[in-house]
Amino acid sequence: MSDLLKVSSSPHVRAKDDTTRIMLYVILALMPTTIFGIFNFGLRALALVVVCMATCVLSEYLFEKAIGKKSTVGDLSAAVTGLLLALNLPHTLPIWQAVIGSVFAIVVVKMLFGGLGQNFMNPALGGRVFLVISFAATMTHFEFDGVAGATPLALLKSGEAVNTIDMLIGRTGGTIGETSTICILIGAIILILLGVIDLTIPGVYICSFVVFLVLFGGHGLDSTFIVAHLCGGGLMLGAFFMATDYVTSPITPMGKVLFGICLGVLTGIFRIFGNSAEGVSFAIIFSNLLVPLIEKVTVPRAFGVTRVKKPKEVKANE
Amino acid sequence: MGLRTFKGGVHPYDGKELSKEKPTKELKPQGEMVYPLSQHIGAPATACVSVGDTVLRGQKIAEAGGFVSAPIFSSVSGSVKAIEPRRVATGDLVNSIIIESDGKFIETGFEGCEDYTDLSNEDIIKKIQDAGVVGMGGAGFPTHVKLSPNNPEKIEYIIANCAECEPYLTSDYRSMVEEPEKLITGMKIILQLFPKAKGLLGIEDNKADVIASLQKLTQNESRIEVVPLMTKYPQGGERQLIKACTGREINSKMLPADAGCIVDNVATINAVYTAVVEGKPVMDRIFTVTGDSVMEPRNFRICIGTSCKEILEAAGGYVRPPKKLISGGPMMGFALMDVDVPTTKTSGALLCLSQDEVSSFETTACINCGRCVSACPENLIPSRLSKFSDQGDKAEFEKWYGLECIECGSCSFACPARKPLAQAIKTMKKMVLADKRKK
Repeated sequence: MSDLLKVSSSPHVRAKDDTTRIMLYVILALMPTTIFGIFNFGLRALALVVVCMATCVLSEYLFEKAIGKKSTVGDLSAAVTGLLLALNLPHTLPIWQAVIGSVFAIVVVKMLFGGLGQNFMNPALGGRVFLVISFAATMTHFEFDGVAGATPLALLKSGEAVNTIDMLIGRTGGTIGETSTICILIGAIILILLGVIDLTIPGVYICSFVVFLVLFGGHGLDSTFIVAHLCGGGLMLGAFFMATDYVTSPITPMGKVLFGICLGVLTGIFRIFGNSAEGVSFAIIFSNLLVPLIEKVTVPRAFGVTRVKKPKEVKANE
Repeated sequence: MGLRTFKGGVHPYDGKELSKEKPTKELKPQGEMVYPLSQHIGAPATACVSVGDTVLRGQKIAEAGGFVSAPIFSSVSGSVKAIEPRRVATGDLVNSIIIESDGKFIETGFEGCEDYTDLSNEDIIKKIQDAGVVGMGGAGFPTHVKLSPNNPEKIEYIIANCAECEPYLTSDYRSMVEEPEKLITGMKIILQLFPKAKGLLGIEDNKADVIASLQKLTQNESRIEVVPLMTKYPQGGERQLIKACTGREINSKMLPADAGCIVDNVATINAVYTAVVEGKPVMDRIFTVTGDSVMEPRNFRICIGTSCKEILEAAGGYVRPPKKLISGGPMMGFALMDVDVPTTKTSGALLCLSQDEVSSFETTACINCGRCVSACPENLIPSRLSKFSDQGDKAEFEKWYGLECIECGSCSFACPARKPLAQAIKTMKKMVLADKRKK
């Protein structure tokens, strides 16, 4: 009787995608904008990317070692966090500040709340916002082609002209990964084709943001203004890569829509009525906090439950 | 192409090419036959033979244990060796009649029917009941009960479940290729019971040849329509099939009849044909032996009661050692610890896989990716339900519609964290339902 086989409850097969593979897809999809960023801002950008990724992975490893938990760095989620954080930093940021941001993102935002799947806000954005608050000067200092200057959105806010073609390509100042709308969209297409994300959250986010701009932006349907707002300030990076973070976005289909609207409206409020020119990071982490609430009110009705009263009368086609 | 289907579902590797092309082979069992007394939903049958009795093929060996029950017939001639509990595919010990075949297959007389259109509804139902026909797709619900709804005049659709959405299984496919007239005649017999109803044959579009041939065969049948469906698991789930074929939705508290539908699987409708036209009880069925461990995957027409072991040997045995044996398909079948279990009316397949991928996977944390949500054909949030199951929170489980789960396994299949979602939900569902019965 020793050759009895293992018995388990059905189903007995599984799909190919596991967490590691999904994270790998995300890294792959971030490559166009990462490579462009390095090309755009030079080796300093590469150094930040490497440092952030290494610090994130290492701090997750050491933290788990310290508390005696099994290491989960193999799932690559820490590497994704590191990469996303780096893409959200200006390339001139001192390395030691990037290290602090990475440690904060992993240890405080992610691991202290229970690790992957338990964090209440996007770790990369948590790290970025921590840095913005702690090191406001270096975090908002942007250089392009060796010349310090304002980001396109800041220019727009002070009423100056911007070149939207440059913004689409990414030849502007900004954080490492946010400038090239085209590269980010290539990445987004990769994510969608690989089935990693669907269009609900970014789509609703962008649409509701545009509606907000038209209504309250003070420029009506001025297309340059709208395009500049869409291409600038990390909105595209945020919409496709950070708002869609599984852990910190709603799982319910209606919840995704609500979440997208929250993001659009909040980004609009921060950008139009706020002091700062940018507001994507704050909009996303604030909306992250609303997720449990959103999920609670958007439990979808189960299949067939709607018609519990009476079976519908037959259509007249028989 | 705007093929009809339902929302949700998954696309597992279908493995049907292993056994699809080979014609069904007759398998005459040699050894001992085991007939569990509970092969259906409802009261177990009660043995009406004793140890030592001589029986013929087609002889009734157990009486139905009530209205929701079904009689059981011997599929061989021989003598009753024992009546004792035996291990069945689900792992339970079930009281069974053991018959030693004499290898002669001497039949009792069967009374066929020249023209079933002369039969009254009561006669037809009685023939089906007396033949022990049950849902042969796996559920095993007695067919005569299904065909006696409270308001027969409200039945508008008889749906033949020809989807065969479980991966690897090809028995319904072979039957539709080899004996489609049984399915069509069986459908006509059922339609005779419900004069207002229309017959729909719901077939997944991976069986294009069968769709074409059935369309041709039914072109003069005004009451029968072939409905091509999108190939997607669980297209053959009762609620999903009804949705795809008629656009109607039912929930766990309703019967298909509440939506004016009756759903029967191909093998069941074939059994209705055999019972009414040939006057024969349920003794045989088509059975798929497949998987990458099997030497020659194919379909057999087996005598019900034959051991899976014998069927496997008829397929050439193992070509490589199996790591996982499954009675049924990989999505909803039962894992076997040993191949020596009897086939019953509801056994459709033996799947032998050389890899046990599930055991080798490690469960990781839920990342809230929502793949289970998109996969769920019942529009549930499996990740959350499984969490409620872990926490034992019955109230929240019900509030999030946990009882609507059809246990198709799509969520577990899709989960990138390899969490046993369906398994957790199934367990919780049983507990909640048990609580309800107590009240």
